[in-house]
Amino acid sequence: MTPLVRVRNLHYSYDNGTQALRGVDFELYPGESVALLGANGSGKTTFVLHLNGLLTGQGDVEVAGLPVNATHLQQIRRKVGMVFQDADEQLFMPTVLEDVAYGPANLGLPPEEAVHRALHALEAVGLKHLEKRAPYQLSAGEKRRAAIAGVLAMAPEILVLDEPTTYLDPPAQRELIRLLAALPQAKIIVTHDASFALAAAHRAVFFQQGIIAAAGPVPEILHRFRWTVTQHSE
Amino acid sequence: MHHVVLERWSRGASALHRLDARAKLIALFALLVALSLTPPAGLLRAAAFLLAVVLSGLVCARLPLTQLLLRAAVVLPFSASVALVSWFAGDPSRAISLLLKSYLSASLVLLVVATTPMPDLLTGLKRLGLPAVLTLVIQFVYRYLFVISEQAQHMRLASAARLGAGGFRISAGAVAVLFARSLARAEHIHWAMLARCGVSTPRPLLARPFGPPDVLFTVCAVAAAAALAILSRP
Repeated sequence: MTPLVRVRNLHYSYDNGTQALRGVDFELYPGESVALLGANGSGKTTFVLHLNGLLTGQGDVEVAGLPVNATHLQQIRRKVGMVFQDADEQLFMPTVLEDVAYGPANLGLPPEEAVHRALHALEAVGLKHLEKRAPYQLSAGEKRRAAIAGVLAMAPEILVLDEPTTYLDPPAQRELIRLLAALPQAKIIVTHDASFALAAAHRAVFFQQGIIAAAGPVPEILHRFRWTVTQHSE
Repeated sequence: MHHVVLERWSRGASALHRLDARAKLIALFALLVALSLTPPAGLLRAAAFLLAVVLSGLVCARLPLTQLLLRAAVVLPFSASVALVSWFAGDPSRAISLLLKSYLSASLVLLVVATTPMPDLLTGLKRLGLPAVLTLVIQFVYRYLFVISEQAQHMRLASAARLGAGGFRISAGAVAVLFARSLARAEHIHWAMLARCGVSTPRPLLARPFGPPDVLFTVCAVAAAAALAILSRP
């Protein structure tokens, strides 16, 4: 099977000299959900920012067979839907509907079609009744779902979620797991949350100091790296 | 916070709230021009008329009279400093005119802002031809005012929890931290825009029709402004 995402020997250093990625190899296949685990600063977020060209390092990154470079950036960004850690940073338009329609409008769709897509995406995440609300009037869980709707409205092939459980209480986390399970896209989920990774992903990769230290089934990786609260306190 | 109160007021359901933002903006502009053209000799008549407009607007919109009229007084310290110069320069009528005009202008602006949700106001400004970059700046400032003020409140609480007494050094430090965080947030917002194929300014969505009540209101307001400009001449 051809991978949707293929990364080879990816290196990246920030302007201050911090070497965030030191040769990452990664593949994502259609329909798969992969959890990216690892300590703070291990390179997970830096890695996913390369998948739609927000950061550019050394190495090969391909999405759906297209190399991630300036020539293919618009096509790549249609295919990779990025949900950022802080939903407030993603919801910048005056109303929920306008925010969700922002992506489709940028794709050059006529306003009627952009609104139609936005309403459909809001329905998929259960927020259609809040379309006229301003983003600051939403709860943390609603903001997260609105941010996902904004990405779904662009009909991406891959969903990338950076720390999606941040600020969410357990019921909102359960709701998010249900929502993600219902979405057909391949998913990359950056998380520290072991139980969320278990519930939402088929496979896990573990980042350590800018490299992928191990990959495999989620329970195995969690056990190997003692990635649960109880094991850490032993 | 003032903007939270205004936000609450603007979500009313009165006839004035339901009017198209463009109608209210045109009316506001016409009345402000008429007021600015009023000579000192006819100012009392004009002021009485505009005060009646503001009061009837407040009653119609079911807004708290005293609170709104007090909030409009926020401009007085600024205009009073200029009025004092005129007063001491031997032109007390100009000083009084300046104070009255600034207070009435602020009341009119506040009436429009308190009866129009910010998203509608921005759409109205866009539809009336205000450059997109300006509406974008207003939109972002308003959107992130909530986020930054929330962050500032958290920092104040964190300081108080450790018996922080405030003072110039602490406040200056807090402002510096807020500035740095805002800068980082701005970069993340830019990423979020790019990730959804963002362009320099968002494309407009469907426009709300400018209905007969909006036309009637605009015509009446412009006629009233014209009458005010003519009748206030000595």
